[in-house]
Amino acid sequence: MAKKQPVDFEALMSSLEALYPMVQILDKDGNIVNEDIMPDLSDDQLVELMERMVWSRILHERSMALARQGRLGFYAPTAGQEASQLASHFAFEKKDWLYPGYRDIPQLIQHGLKVSQAFLWSRGHVEGNNYPEDLNAVPPQIIIGAQYIQAMGNAVGQKLNKSDAVTFTYTGDGGSSQGDVYEGMNFAGRYKAPIVFFIQNNGYAISTPREKQSAAKALAQKAAAAGIPGVQVDGMDPLAVYAVTKQARDWAAAGNGPVLIETITSRFGPHSTSGDDPTRYRSQESFDYWEQRDPLVRFRKFLTTKGLWTEEKEEEIIEKTMEEIKEAAKEADQAPKQKISNFLKSMFNEPGQNIQEQIAKYEAKESK
Amino acid sequence: METEKKRSLTGNKAMSEAIRSEMERDENVFVLGEDIGEYGGIFGSTEGLIKQFGPERIMDTPISETGFIGAAIGAASEGMRPIAELMFVDFFGVTMDQIYNHMAKIPYMSGGNVKLPMVLMTAVGGGYNDAAQHSQTLYATFAHLPGMKVVAPTTPYDLKGMMISAIRDDNPVVFMFHKTLQGLGWMDQLDTSIGQVPEETYSVPLGKAKVIKEGTDVTIVGLQMTTHFGMHAVKELEENGINAELIDLRSIVPLDKETILRSVKKTGRLLIVDEDYKSFGISAEIAAIVAEEGLYDLEAPIKRLAIPDVPIPYSRPLEQYILPNAEKIVQAATELANE
Ligand SMILES: Cc1ncc(C[n+]2csc(CCOP(=O)(O)OP(=O)(O)O)c2C)c(N)n1
Ligand SMILES: [Mg+2]
Repeated sequence: MAKKQPVDFEALMSSLEALYPMVQILDKDGNIVNEDIMPDLSDDQLVELMERMVWSRILHERSMALARQGRLGFYAPTAGQEASQLASHFAFEKKDWLYPGYRDIPQLIQHGLKVSQAFLWSRGHVEGNNYPEDLNAVPPQIIIGAQYIQAMGNAVGQKLNKSDAVTFTYTGDGGSSQGDVYEGMNFAGRYKAPIVFFIQNNGYAISTPREKQSAAKALAQKAAAAGIPGVQVDGMDPLAVYAVTKQARDWAAAGNGPVLIETITSRFGPHSTSGDDPTRYRSQESFDYWEQRDPLVRFRKFLTTKGLWTEEKEEEIIEKTMEEIKEAAKEADQAPKQKISNFLKSMFNEPGQNIQEQIAKYEAKESK
Repeated sequence: METEKKRSLTGNKAMSEAIRSEMERDENVFVLGEDIGEYGGIFGSTEGLIKQFGPERIMDTPISETGFIGAAIGAASEGMRPIAELMFVDFFGVTMDQIYNHMAKIPYMSGGNVKLPMVLMTAVGGGYNDAAQHSQTLYATFAHLPGMKVVAPTTPYDLKGMMISAIRDDNPVVFMFHKTLQGLGWMDQLDTSIGQVPEETYSVPLGKAKVIKEGTDVTIVGLQMTTHFGMHAVKELEENGINAELIDLRSIVPLDKETILRSVKKTGRLLIVDEDYKSFGISAEIAAIVAEEGLYDLEAPIKRLAIPDVPIPYSRPLEQYILPNAEKIVQAATELANE
């Protein structure tokens, strides 16, 4: 007689899957499908969130154009990720600390970075990283995963300081495979550090599709191993992203520890402006499928039906943003020229003999 | 009689051809890394291979350098011959434990019983505006740690021949290829990044430098981009009446001391050009070797051109300002020849 297996692995796996349903409030056509969990946002706040998302789309379009003209350096496209980025950021407060990835420039600007500085960062000018005193953020991380552990450290510090602010950080579906990501969550869970971790699952890591990153059905389930809540949310739905983030922030701020949020989203364009052609690894159907889920389209429909949004209003925001970006690009052009001697000087508080000699050598060259 | 057709390939195609031919010859050879499948590697080193060998042998991995380099070590210890691609050498930081505590030490710690016939190939270098964490060469960082061969070929011919040697080598080999020498369409086009490559399989030994041009007045030692600049510099020096000898290192570990010392004996003057940080780098090592074993052959103090002790600037003009180039080599070599 066949003995019973000690554990039913299949049942275990499917019960796991059931733990991470995708939270949605607004469907792709702008209809409310989950009234019960509608976030508490006033009409003004709803409009403001839409304004930020439109602003971000324009920032994206202008950045692509500026990059083509050679007026920007590195740029990672954000179109498609507006709900994931702006609606999550919308739930945080000015005092909260942001640890962004290279694609998270919109949140960074909303948190207080000047657009001109974001442009300077993109061009590799050190002024772009010279953050104002009241901006609680670090420059965007480009070494995949590293921000998760550093953000965790920041949150542990906040706890030790008895600060009432929280930390939030972003990585991607690709980044979720990095050991640092688990280590950050595990450590934060252990110390109940006030932090919200985001995985913006936009389906690709450069050319590598999400399925190749992990056998986990939901990336949010990685939270379970760290003993913290994990949530999967429709990353094209600003209301759901906001509602879940707000809950997570409150949870963390109340001393309950970290939360992991996976936003299911899409990047509409290439990985970056340095030579990527997404048609090499991504089908037209995939682009079409996601464009039908455009967060701007569904939020616009929702707000228009409520009588809160008009075409004129949107035009007005677009005009204003274009003007703002034009000014910022001009301002960035005015930044002082950088010097190797200054780079060398910024290496140490007191440069050793070797570096002093190099500084002298470069100063002599530069004054020619 | 049919004349043999000369065929030119870019650096990246020479590399992928080497990997292809070894994969055809030996089914234990496979490749793993980020974006090496449909994408063909960010710098083209695995271009076209997924079509022929499929995703089992050309494995797009999760973004987990520790994961796939550790996996290569494990597979190599079982007799496979993995080639792991670390997308940018700069990312070694995420995975250095696997590289230097394990890949470099397991053969030694097992008394030679466990062999690790693996290749860790990685893109190095700057000059195309990619900032502090994507532009380093880090030649010396790897060369400093015993237990791995470290090679850095310059020409398409050597990229193919040395990749074949690296795959067949029973030791772990760090195979550094320079991004700007891959001949990719979106990069600056350089004459050195395209060259004649025979269609058949051949190997170029690891550990042997190459005298690119013989000369009597001054020895210039370079590797990868500094060899490329050296090639242009020696022509100009020639026009100015200076007959320089140019050595392309090709291999850092093992280092071909003999070729360098022999050249210095002849010229009495040595200029080392390196696209790595100056302090504690290859230029220091070579200078020390010549000071120890060839001091009496020198007629003038050794000169070095390398990166000052500051990360690589992102700004294009500033990056160009600190990188070695042909003009700087001509200037330094001229000063040296006149000393
Ligand atoms: C440690 C490390 N490994 C590899 C890379 C190269 N790289 C840059 S972006 C990227 C893909 C990241 O994908 P994902 O995390 O999904 O973020 P997305 O770009 O989609 O926003 C890779 C592999 C890197 N920057 N750092
Ligand atoms: Mg992604």
